[in-house]
Order: sequence, then C-alpha cells, then structure tokens
Amino acid sequence: MKTEEFCKMISRSKPGPGDGGNTGSWRVLRPVINLELCIPVKMNKKACFNCWLYCPDSVVSKTIPPVINFDYCKGCGICAEECPVDAISMVDEATPMEEEK
Amino acid sequence: MDRLKIIKKNIMEKKTTILNLTEEEFVHSGNRACSGCGLSIIYRMGLKALGKNTILVVPPSCLTVLQGLYPVASTKLPCVNVTFASTGAAATGVRGAMKALKKENVNVVAWAGDGGTGDIGIQALSGACERGEDIIYICYDNEAYMNTGVQRSGTTPQGVLTTTTPIKGKLQEKKDVPAIIAAHGIGYVATASAAYPLDFYDKVKKAMTISGPRYIHVHTPCPPGWSFDTRFTIKVGKLAVKSGLFDLYEIEDGEFQLTGESKRLVGKEKPPVTDYFNSQGRFKSLDAELVKKVQERVDAKWAKY
Repeated sequence: MKTEEFCKMISRSKPGPGDGGNTGSWRVLRPVINLELCIPVKMNKKACFNCWLYCPDSVVSKTIPPVINFDYCKGCGICAEECPVDAISMVDEATPMEEEK
Repeated sequence: MDRLKIIKKNIMEKKTTILNLTEEEFVHSGNRACSGCGLSIIYRMGLKALGKNTILVVPPSCLTVLQGLYPVASTKLPCVNVTFASTGAAATGVRGAMKALKKENVNVVAWAGDGGTGDIGIQALSGACERGEDIIYICYDNEAYMNTGVQRSGTTPQGVLTTTTPIKGKLQEKKDVPAIIAAHGIGYVATASAAYPLDFYDKVKKAMTISGPRYIHVHTPCPPGWSFDTRFTIKVGKLAVKSGLFDLYEIEDGEFQLTGESKRLVGKEKPPVTDYFNSQGRFKSLDAELVKKVQERVDAKWAKY
C-alpha cells in the first residue's frame, strides 16, 4: 500500500471555528463596552487591551475600539472583571443590542 | 548554538507586554471549553509562544475536548491524540519520526492535565525525562479530573470537596509534581499560573531555546470544578499566587529562582490563605484546624525564600 493511502485511513479533523457549535448561545450575560471610558479609545492609541489578553475564547479584537464577536462569546465576564477602568458591564442577554434599538 | 544564545539573551532582557504580544491566533473561537476556562487562556498563550512549527501530543483531558472533536478541530496545529498513560512515550515517538524525516526544527509538545501527568502518565514522563528526550511537557493543573466530572487526583489539595471526596474533602496532601520532575535533573522546570499569561508566555519562549526535556507546570483555575463564578477565573488564580499557596519559579540547570509575582512577594505581607479558600465553593468543609495548619505550612515555606 502507498503512503498516501495509509494517510487516508487515519481519521483527521479539519480546523475551523465553531467546533462546539455557535457558542454565543451559551451566554446569559452580555458584555457591553462603554467607549467613553475605554482606555485605547480615550487615548486614541494602542494601550491597555486587558480584555483582549484575558479573553479565553479570543473573541475580543486588539483594535481601537475593541470589538467583541458575539457569535462565539460565551459571556464568562472575565473582560468585565479585568478591565482596569470598569468600562465593560455585563447586561442581561434579554436587553436589546444597540443596533436592534 | 550561537544563534540560540542570542535568542536566549534577547528573551532574558525583553519581557513580553500586552502591546508587543503577537496577534496571530492558533485556537479558533467557538470551541467546546467551558465559559471562563483557565485552560483556554493558557492554551491560547502557549500556542502563540510556540508558533506554527509545532506538533502537540494530547492524552485524554479537558484539552482533548477543547482542541477539537472529529470532524472539526479548533486548533490550527497538528495534534496527536494518544492514550492516557503514554503521553511521554508518544511524544518521544513523534520526536523520533521528526528525526527520521529530517525535520529538526519542530517543537514536539506534550500537553496534559494534572491527572494525566502526576497520576496516570507519570511513568512515561519519568522515562522520557530520564532518557533526555527533546520534548516540551506542559501540565495544566486544575487540581482534579475535571473532564470526567471532578474526581480527586493526586494533585488535589487537602480538604477539597470533589465528587469522590464529597463529605470531609480530600484527606491527603497535594503531590508536588514539579519537584518530582526536577529531581530527574532536567534542564528546565518551571511553574506558571493562568492568571499571569504573559509570565507563562515568556517561560514557554525560554523553554524553546533549551534542548532536552523541559517541563512547565501551570496552575489553572476551573470555574465549574472549583465552584466559583466564571468571571473570577483570573482573580482566583492571582489570589493563589499572592497568598503564597502556589509559587511561580523556574529551575534552570539546577538553579532555583522565584519569578514574576512570587519574586515581588518575598519579604512582603501576604493576604491570608482564608481569602483564597473563601473565594471558592470547593473549600466549604475546611475546619479551622486545617486552615491554621495550611497557613503555618505556607509561612514556613516562605520563611525559607
């Protein structure tokens, strides 16, 4: 048997997002960033980014302003807890998003 | 060898900060880890440090669930899933295969839980250390078998409630796995905490510049297993280090030195261990006598530093 044929016999996964499905649906509390307090927005330069560093699911972007990907955010609240200026608050998932208002 | 020395010197002088940390991610979002998982944080950081030229060897643990179940994987690197007891041996085999294929610059990394390292996989790890295999072994210590539903392990601290020690908590003391591995006399042994991801990042980077077996033990808070709210993962991890229960250190060529937050704590007033115990539900059944004993043990340990 050729080497390639052996390789085909091994079950291999393909990398991709959403291995656990749409994990945003796990969320009970939603993080909302108050851009008036957020340090990188206020200073208008790359600074702080504690939310990006500590996010377990890498859903917070390292941009100005930081953007949260709500498709996969599990709503753990670590970003809200670790923000040095308390710019992130956890609101109930039932409250409408800014765009929906 | 000169090139390695230069890299090592650069790393010694420059500590990583949030701003110069790479933005490249090797873990996809939407994986199966629990909300607020400490392992997710260090897995993300560890892979950032290791880079794409890496092969992972993973035994059954929470990481098996996190890194991807067939047919979708959340890790962008090749992972070999092996049996519980064979992590060290399998990593040896992967290194051997890389040698046969003449791919010498690949990092072979075994990444296992505390049960897979300290209890079930210790013979294979000990063998790999004794043979001097060129592998990095990372153990994330969440202090019980979390993946199967919080059963006690060798590294569970005394007095902790688990599903197999439900009334009085665990009666025995925590096994000191990094000390066991350090006793093999290998080139690099370090401890880190999920609450200090940059410290962990620097330690992995440093381990990559050394050859031979390298071991990093990472204290990893687990919200469902330790019963605290998901948002306090970092707070609880920091409290374990600040109260002196878990020290961050590295042993390089037999030389012991404290690092990071633990180094700053020497000779300073520390918060009492009760702060740490009260932050979690798993210490509910601790009696005052045991708390006093633990505090005395911590104080005696820190008096030596």
